Amino acid sequence: MSREAYAPPTLQPSSSNANTNTTDIAGPSTPYECGECSAKLQLKKGDAIRCKECGHRVLLKTRTKRMVQFEAR
Amino acid sequence: MVPEPIPPETARRRKIVGVNAETVTNVTSTDFPGHHPGEDHEWSLEKFSQNLEVQFHKNDPLDASFSLVGIDASIANAFRRIMIAEIPTLAIETVFVHNNTSIVQDEVLAARLGLVPLTASLSGLNWLQFYKKPATQDDDEGADDTDTAADNNTIVLKLHVECAWRGAEGIKSGETDPEKLYVNSSVYAKQITFEPTGRQNSEFPEPDGLVRPVNPEILLAKMRPGQIIELDMHCIKGIGADHAKFSPVATATYRLLPTIDIVKPIVGNDARKFARCFPKGVIGSEDVTEEESETSKELEGMAGEKKAVVRNTFKDTVSRECLRHEEFRGKVKLGRVRDHFIFSVESTGQFDSDYLFLESVKTLKAKCSRLKRQFANVMR
Repeated sequence: MSREAYAPPTLQPSSSNANTNTTDIAGPSTPYECGECSAKLQLKKGDAIRCKECGHRVLLKTRTKRMVQFEAR
Repeated sequence: MVPEPIPPETARRRKIVGVNAETVTNVTSTDFPGHHPGEDHEWSLEKFSQNLEVQFHKNDPLDASFSLVGIDASIANAFRRIMIAEIPTLAIETVFVHNNTSIVQDEVLAARLGLVPLTASLSGLNWLQFYKKPATQDDDEGADDTDTAADNNTIVLKLHVECAWRGAEGIKSGETDPEKLYVNSSVYAKQITFEPTGRQNSEFPEPDGLVRPVNPEILLAKMRPGQIIELDMHCIKGIGADHAKFSPVATATYRLLPTIDIVKPIVGNDARKFARCFPKGVIGSEDVTEEESETSKELEGMAGEKKAVVRNTFKDTVSRECLRHEEFRGKVKLGRVRDHFIFSVESTGQFDSDYLFLESVKTLKAKCSRLKRQFANVMR
């Protein structure tokens, strides 16, 4: 099996993940941004994929705050 | 046998590189022992120091021009190459991106940041040491002698910019200028901040010793409201041979001093046309005197007419335009002086241009003494 093969996501939410910090009964919540009005919102598992401000149905995942190192060359 | 003195006319002829319409002649120097029988061409420091001449034409911090007369092309070229590739400078080497939601991709932004010329206090830059990078996984043998980033080898810079709406006040409806609508719609090099640590506080004193971009108005990225760039940068010392961002010069070039010999006089309308073949100020005109018209066959009865004379060959670009015209055939000889190097050094701003030349001399000297030491070891 090659390295690039698809690995299915594990069901347990990893506690170290910075984005899924609000872990309660309904599971972790993930930050999203509305594709229309740029409002920030948190979605949990089972939530309707819909902006709470404008009702737009396209949501964008925000970039992680994880640091990435680059060589300036 | 006492070597014969070289007549000055011969010495001058040997020094001129001939430039013809499509060919270049007499390119190699011949002033080495054994080339001309019976002549003394042994190198001596005394003779060299008598002939050497350094003359500055222009000495601005970002643009110096000077003549180096009486050295061999190999030495002049060594100075040029050292200035481009071997004088250490400070540049951004690693970029740690915490957040970047602008349209400029992280790696593109990192490459852009690396090319920003930095400057700081000269004493601080000289105090700064080289940082030895940790070995990559491919060659992990040198893992012991790597440095850790410390105040004497790494400079930390930060860039934290967030774009936002400016607010409705004072903006007329239909305004489309992003500079008026948003704050930080353009990210400039001046927004990079310096974070001194340890001894850097005293080595890079405020206000003009701080590590900062030379040109504050370099555009790094453009943003729209809601976008953010947040990153740290580590700057280290490096040399141009490693990457062009470490090269202290924008250009470091030399050219040879052009010569123009008017073999047969060029008179009248031809003289005016001849002057137009060159940049302004290279060729002037003089009246043909009575005396000249009597002595010279070509100038007979032309007293009072204009004749072309060479004024300033320094300004010539050696375009060879005059060699294209039939009327000047056999009347003019173009050339260049083989040992007269006109250097042009344009610094990127970290160091002054004249300082860079002195550094190149210092570097060449250090290299020579290292070679000498190695030879001494071989002979032992």
